[in-house]
Amino acid sequence: MSLSDLLTLTPAGLYCPEADVHIDPVRPVPRALITHGHSDHARAGHGAVMATPQTLAIMALRYGEDFCTTRQPADYGEIVRVGSIDVSFHPAGHVLGSAQIRLKSSKICAVVSGDYKCARDPTCAPFELQRCDAFVTEATFGLPVFRHPDAAHEVARLMESCRLFPDRAHLVGAYSLGKAQRVMKLLREAGWDRPIWIHGAMEKITDFYQQQGVDLGEIRKVTAADRPKLAGDVIVCPPGQLTDLWSRKFPDPVAAFASGWMRVRARARQRGVELPLVVSDHVDWDDLCASVVATGASEIWVTHGAEDAIVHWCRMRGLDAQPLHMIGYGDEDVENMAAGEANE
Amino acid sequence: MNRFAELLDRLAYESSRNNKLRMMTDYFRRVEDPERGYALAAMTGALSFTHAKPGVVRALIAERTDPVLFDMSYDYVGDLSETVALMWPTPQRAHQDRRNAAPPTLSEVVHALEQAGKTDIPRLLADWLDDLDETGRWALLKLITGSLRIGVSARLAKTAVAALGDLQPNEIEEVWHGLEPPYIDLFAWVEGREPKPDARDPAPFRTPMLSHALEETDFRNLEPEDFVAEWKWDGIRVQAVTGVDATGRRVQRLYSRTGEDISNSFPDLVEAFSGEAFGELTIDGELLILRDGLVEPFSILQQRLNRKTVSTKLMTQYPAHIRAYDLLAENGEDLRPLTFVERRERLEKLVSRLAHDRLDLSPRVTFADWEALAAARRDPASAGAGADAEAIEGVMLKRRDSIYVPGRPKGLWYKWKRDPYNVDAVLMYAQRGHGKRSSFYSDFTFGVWRGEELVPVGKAYFGFTDQELLQLDKYVRNHTRNRFGPVREMDFSRDEGLVLEIAFEGLNRSTRHKSGVAMRFPRVSRIRWDKPAREADEIGALEALLKVTA
Repeated sequence: MSLSDLLTLTPAGLYCPEADVHIDPVRPVPRALITHGHSDHARAGHGAVMATPQTLAIMALRYGEDFCTTRQPADYGEIVRVGSIDVSFHPAGHVLGSAQIRLKSSKICAVVSGDYKCARDPTCAPFELQRCDAFVTEATFGLPVFRHPDAAHEVARLMESCRLFPDRAHLVGAYSLGKAQRVMKLLREAGWDRPIWIHGAMEKITDFYQQQGVDLGEIRKVTAADRPKLAGDVIVCPPGQLTDLWSRKFPDPVAAFASGWMRVRARARQRGVELPLVVSDHVDWDDLCASVVATGASEIWVTHGAEDAIVHWCRMRGLDAQPLHMIGYGDEDVENMAAGEANE
Repeated sequence: MNRFAELLDRLAYESSRNNKLRMMTDYFRRVEDPERGYALAAMTGALSFTHAKPGVVRALIAERTDPVLFDMSYDYVGDLSETVALMWPTPQRAHQDRRNAAPPTLSEVVHALEQAGKTDIPRLLADWLDDLDETGRWALLKLITGSLRIGVSARLAKTAVAALGDLQPNEIEEVWHGLEPPYIDLFAWVEGREPKPDARDPAPFRTPMLSHALEETDFRNLEPEDFVAEWKWDGIRVQAVTGVDATGRRVQRLYSRTGEDISNSFPDLVEAFSGEAFGELTIDGELLILRDGLVEPFSILQQRLNRKTVSTKLMTQYPAHIRAYDLLAENGEDLRPLTFVERRERLEKLVSRLAHDRLDLSPRVTFADWEALAAARRDPASAGAGADAEAIEGVMLKRRDSIYVPGRPKGLWYKWKRDPYNVDAVLMYAQRGHGKRSSFYSDFTFGVWRGEELVPVGKAYFGFTDQELLQLDKYVRNHTRNRFGPVREMDFSRDEGLVLEIAFEGLNRSTRHKSGVAMRFPRVSRIRWDKPAREADEIGALEALLKVTA
């Protein structure tokens, strides 16, 4: 039995005929399983949606309560029979509520990773590796040059810069869902005790994290009048704001950007970043390779990212690997750099 | 090494001069001797490691990585040192036993490389790369391959040291030549712990005088008779300084216009100026390559730039030469307070007295009025430049009564560059760029019509904005007809294709290009989304130009 008997690729995305569900579909479908709340994976307009309770809540925050017809929460580890398939959601360690989706038929067990990371993240449940026959993985950072350092080290660099430039505002570009809160939490763990300022666009989602028990300390929304006064402070904002007119009102702002892309200098320069912080919510190359091996899967599909390198790596190890070249998900480099606000 | 690497990393991203200074001064304040002294040496170009070549690095990474994955990575990152730094397999994860090996200090690296023989290098390097993190590896590789490229001049690094105490950068320059890495005595003086190191620089750098670009409207306020005109030569501006040190030894130095000592790249010139007759001089001029009395194009001069060592072959093939513009000091006398005309007279006497074949005078361009000067600028060949016209970028205007003012004073000197030429060409091939543009299609080969066929006439990789780059990149991805390795061939025909307006500085005949012409300094001046490919220029337009400029 091969994976293609369980899953097929349709224009809307991955589809499982036996359960009659799409996974992270990029266009409206009758029945969808959603891995996590980033907008390229979780879109509005589906009929029935099954996801973790946090992901459903995040979708409602972003799209309004009527983002789908019916919703069904799935707790981590709970097995739900859909058609002839046992479906279960398992922590992916990507953002709050993110999940890998496990699909088990009588003949094959497959795991669709969604976006995931193995590195420590104090704002969400840690990645739980699932053994399976077939593994459908992302490869956003699927090149051996992407090795993410300890995120605490990067936050220490941010704090060191605040020491060196107490007269400058430190603007940290970070994706609104997940990355922003992770950076704030890491700052708190490193002993940053001043209020952390945020751009209005991330207020709702940050409140949601706090309600979910992620203690971020004192968070203040930046108003126009505050901007000139924030020398020596850290302001977290959507990446697109770094180069926006909005940022110029701060005292001699330092443009920092928390992203796995910051590992490569040319990427950081293209965005005019002065303090690149290599903080990623995706697996890096080493963890990607290690995860592929640890699942025990003999068949690997690569959904999006730098597919070619990981497919090559798998084939060198005798694994049956296929690139899916799926469009519609995040991070194709140029689009990402251009759009600025794409979800990492 | 880690702190030095962190400094280099931040400097590389920082564009503000003031913030760079603060970063460097903070580093010098917080880091102890001799580590900070070697960092200063690295940033002022005082270190060079002869045995550590990029080839060694390539060999090391080839032993450790899959070639397919390496190529994919290099293609993506666009810089060898950085690719190696990022891809280097980390023993921290693979072998726990090396985990606690402390990363090397910069001083250890410098000492070890000084003592190491050629065969020791690979092992030394591999151990250091194992023990450093990504940023540390990047800094180490940049350091040993001699290409820091962090936008810090020697002058700026010295300014940062001066700021440690309450000194002016010129005070550091005055003692600099007598100092050696790791500059323990310099830091001790700057921090007020010891007296000033004893050194009178026998061949000091003097900040050069620079010009403003001439605007068309300036003519209304300028009188032709107040000015002297010279050609603006397409070489590099240098300062040649000769002197005698405390022990009576003759010293010659060649400085770039930012004060970098580039003597090592031009031993032929240093040697040429070593005679007693040269006394103590500071000559401001243009560095050019002359063969058979003719100035070679800038591309030839480039072969000799940024080299730590130069082969005899290179020196014979491309002999360096100075075309003198000005004389700032002569045998103890500072000539800068004199007017340009007075200095010029001294310079003319000097050049004719020395009569050295490596040194000549930048000729004056005579003109009666601005019309005549404009004509000379348009066609230098007929205005006295003859066969050297191709090496001329425009004309310089200097006020007769201008004293020599360091920096870029207003209203004294003007540069009036030649207008670029333009041609409308069709985009034919595209390749990914390197450096900042890696992963974008940013190297464009373009062509013009010869009958029904397009012939490539040049390649451009700048001139467009970042926004236009994104559009061009998208265009390339969507209009690829063929791929040859990294090169994409575009869809082009009479009815399809993208027209680029290309600006360039001149045209040469070429046997290498199918079209028979080669452009100098081509760049994209506009993207003509509006213009159909069939309306791009014909090769005849360029051939006509060739007749005019030849």
